[in-house]
Amino acid sequence: MTAITHHTPDALLAAYAAGSLPQAYALVVAAHISLCLDCRAGYEAHLSGGGAVLETVGPEAISEGLKTSVLDRLDAPVAPEPIYRRTGVYPGPVMAALKGKPPRWKSLGLGVRQSILSADQNGSARLLYIPPGQTVPDHSHNGLELTLVLQGSFSDTTGRFAIGDLEIGDQDLEHAPAADPGPPCICLAATDAPLRFSSLMPRLLQPLFRI
Amino acid sequence: MTTPPPPPQVSPQTTWMLAVRDTRDRAAFAALFDHFAPRLKGFIMRSGTGSGQAEEIVQEVMLTVWRKAAQFDPARAQVSSWVYQIARNRQIDVIRKENRPMPEELAEDLAGASGAEPDASQILAVEQEANQLKLALSRLKPDQREIIERAYLGELSHQEISTQTGLPLGTIKSRIRLGLDRLRHELKELR
Repeated sequence: MTAITHHTPDALLAAYAAGSLPQAYALVVAAHISLCLDCRAGYEAHLSGGGAVLETVGPEAISEGLKTSVLDRLDAPVAPEPIYRRTGVYPGPVMAALKGKPPRWKSLGLGVRQSILSADQNGSARLLYIPPGQTVPDHSHNGLELTLVLQGSFSDTTGRFAIGDLEIGDQDLEHAPAADPGPPCICLAATDAPLRFSSLMPRLLQPLFRI
Repeated sequence: MTTPPPPPQVSPQTTWMLAVRDTRDRAAFAALFDHFAPRLKGFIMRSGTGSGQAEEIVQEVMLTVWRKAAQFDPARAQVSSWVYQIARNRQIDVIRKENRPMPEELAEDLAGASGAEPDASQILAVEQEANQLKLALSRLKPDQREIIERAYLGELSHQEISTQTGLPLGTIKSRIRLGLDRLRHELKELR
């Protein structure tokens, strides 16, 4: 595997560690950390920042009985939480979002497919499947778009993005990413707003496809 | 499983946590509770959560500390960092009704099976960094400190964090370098 060259910016890592990222972005950052040792180290460093704050924010007296109540519950049986492991090209957090099942692809035309993982008023996360040589319609964003490559690679005006690379697209980026020759490109993409396409047809289709 | 006695310099919190992890020591857990429960409650209430709900979250955090103790790795995280991560997850769970997506563990079962216990110097290095961070935090001007606290309490967006200056980034950056060395070392042990 080639080295990851496009990383999670520090402010996003800090916000992820602090739990303040919207869910869709948090999924992409968690997936990137699963693939990238540098960003895992950055994330763990921010946890130590959080730990320092936890140690220094003033304590509050706790109710009598809270400790006994916790000690009494130590042996209470709990249902084990499912652990999702990397499967194929999909890292653990993506498998968790898929609930352990393979993606359900829906065609967007021209061989491009998507599988929506989550979508609500705070944003959406989805997998995109782009055949080699195919271009995703020229689009810009209302907010921030995070795109993590899981298979293959794509290129746009800002550079080439291969497995593990994270592209940060802001509203000024109007781009038409094209999958490079080779295996189909599979990406995990998150936005905090619906995508806006520059050409008319895709814009008309947007409500149908939720892209 | 036997745990070699940690050297005396290791903090009491780490010693208790290792006793909980390795021998399910209830007295050590009670000591961890006495240390962390009031701090957790103060931390959670800082964001405006009421006392009652804060205590519910404290209970859940401490129970998770007990249940997930096997995942604690003193060569990678100080106890307070590990508890902080659990606390933020429980808060998100309770307040936003969401599960924060978490990174895949670095083959934790393999790490356990390999029996590669970190040596005391690694544990001490992690603790030293944590103490340096705490010190750096205490030396900040009150308004700067407020920003850091708000960032790690989850009250600032990533845009706000990226435009704020005054984060003690130097300390965080050295922590990143050391953390990376340790992760590489850990991965090498697994192979």
